[in-house]
Amino acid sequence: MSATTTDSELPVLANVARVKLSHPSRWVVAIACLVGLALIVRAFALGQIEWTFVGRFLTAQAIVTGFANTMLMTILAMALGILLGLIAALMRLSVNPVARVVAGAYIWFFRGTPVYLQLLLWFNLALIFPTMGIPGLWEARTVDVMTPFLAALLGLGVCQGAYTAEVIRAGITSVDAGQVEAAKAVGMTGPQVMRHVVLPQALRVITPPIGNEVIGMLKHTSLAAVISYNEIMHTASMIYFVNNRVIEMLIVCSIYYLATVTLLSIGQSWLERHLGRAARRTSGAAPAIQGEPA
Amino acid sequence: MTPAATIPAVTIPAVLARDLRKSFGSVEVLRGISLEVKPGEVFGIIGPSGSGKSTFLRCLNSLETVDGGDLYVNGEFVGHRFRDGRLHELSDRELSAQRMRTGMVFQRFNLFAHMTALENVVRGPVVVKQTPRIEAEAEGRRLLDLVGLKGLYERYPVQLSGGQQQRVAIARAMAMQPDILLFDEPTSALDPELVDEVLETIRQLARDGRTMVVVTHELAFARDVCDRVAFMEQGQLVECAPAAELFANPQMPRTRDFLQRLNSTNPARQ
Repeated sequence: MSATTTDSELPVLANVARVKLSHPSRWVVAIACLVGLALIVRAFALGQIEWTFVGRFLTAQAIVTGFANTMLMTILAMALGILLGLIAALMRLSVNPVARVVAGAYIWFFRGTPVYLQLLLWFNLALIFPTMGIPGLWEARTVDVMTPFLAALLGLGVCQGAYTAEVIRAGITSVDAGQVEAAKAVGMTGPQVMRHVVLPQALRVITPPIGNEVIGMLKHTSLAAVISYNEIMHTASMIYFVNNRVIEMLIVCSIYYLATVTLLSIGQSWLERHLGRAARRTSGAAPAIQGEPA
Repeated sequence: MTPAATIPAVTIPAVLARDLRKSFGSVEVLRGISLEVKPGEVFGIIGPSGSGKSTFLRCLNSLETVDGGDLYVNGEFVGHRFRDGRLHELSDRELSAQRMRTGMVFQRFNLFAHMTALENVVRGPVVVKQTPRIEAEAEGRRLLDLVGLKGLYERYPVQLSGGQQQRVAIARAMAMQPDILLFDEPTSALDPELVDEVLETIRQLARDGRTMVVVTHELAFARDVCDRVAFMEQGQLVECAPAAELFANPQMPRTRDFLQRLNSTNPARQ
């Protein structure tokens, strides 16, 4: 190495090769991770798992039906939850103090008790109200009405509504007050302001947490097994009670859940990109926008 | 409202305020404002920050409620209806119908962030007036062309400069074909080099004979464009005179002080 010196005595190093700092600790961590992973894979490969059972039951009629019921319940309970959540959020933000308190009490109760408990409560509603109906028009025994399906739908949906209400409320309050004033100034009525200006903008804030809630709901439907709603976990347990292949059946279920959550995550990130297009300086659709014509 | 040429013998004032009062809590921000704006007139309001000029403007389209006094816009009492010897508060729907007849341009633009420039202009007429979309879009493009934004129809607000956003906001206000346009410090939030494009747009509207009330800090603009200018301070209307007169020969000492202070720190633009 010979650094040429100038009259200023300080070496000129402009053309000398530069060496990056090495990070030995990064290598150690990476190797430790890979070794750990390899050990886990090896343990499972040598463990007592009959992979042929997994393959066979993955496409079994009962499992497919169970999964269809899981999906059906996820969609319906989530729809009910969003509807109730929107109503409760609007009530919470209302100027009417009675509406505010009622919505607050709803959120307090259904967020304050476990879903498991709520499912049992709905399913056993007949113990409180043996019969139900509209006086003079229609009457029925509650046990006949409150099927596992309906109890699961109400239990999961009504509870979800309490969580969604808080998410939607936060989304609505995040919209700038100037937006509301501008909408009023063009002559929109209260409901029109909400529909055309506030909710569409709140949607961008609300979508990521709602996406999480949908993923959560998909998995929470498994709790409905406790009231014998025929979703995938309930079906799997019925099968392993007979054939004793507990782990294999649980793996089958995991595969369904993981595959669905993967698809939902992809859908969610697409939706977020779609809703976020107004927030980006250059729109992806028209990259020509660069030179700023006056 | 059409230009001055067609004004009938007895004209209804565009704005009539008599002893208008407004408080926020214990602070009285409007302490008895009385003034009259004629149809076709460009009326400027100047004054220091906190003098109540923005609040007055916001009362004109019920963004603030009035506590006392009379306020008429185009001969219609604002916010209430007189019936059976009493003033009845207007419903949401009635209030919206009343607001529709005044267009408002805000200091911070307040463009609908999730809509393109064109949609910002079009949505009001489509939703409020049920104008057919095709018709509203044609009119929206015409208005955006008018404010010098030809070809930027599909831009979102974040993709526009402040001056461009404010011009979209002006087009949006005009799309409802209001009788009066209200401007609340339309250039205060703009970078200095963008102020002129917005002022030029407003100047053009003034030449078309539109009735406008403009709250502004741009004294040179107020002098050149407004027919009359009012000076407000501490919730009171100190002086109101034809623009040239007010700036050349202010009658009240408070007006003189304000103008002198501004002229010494900020030489008039132009």
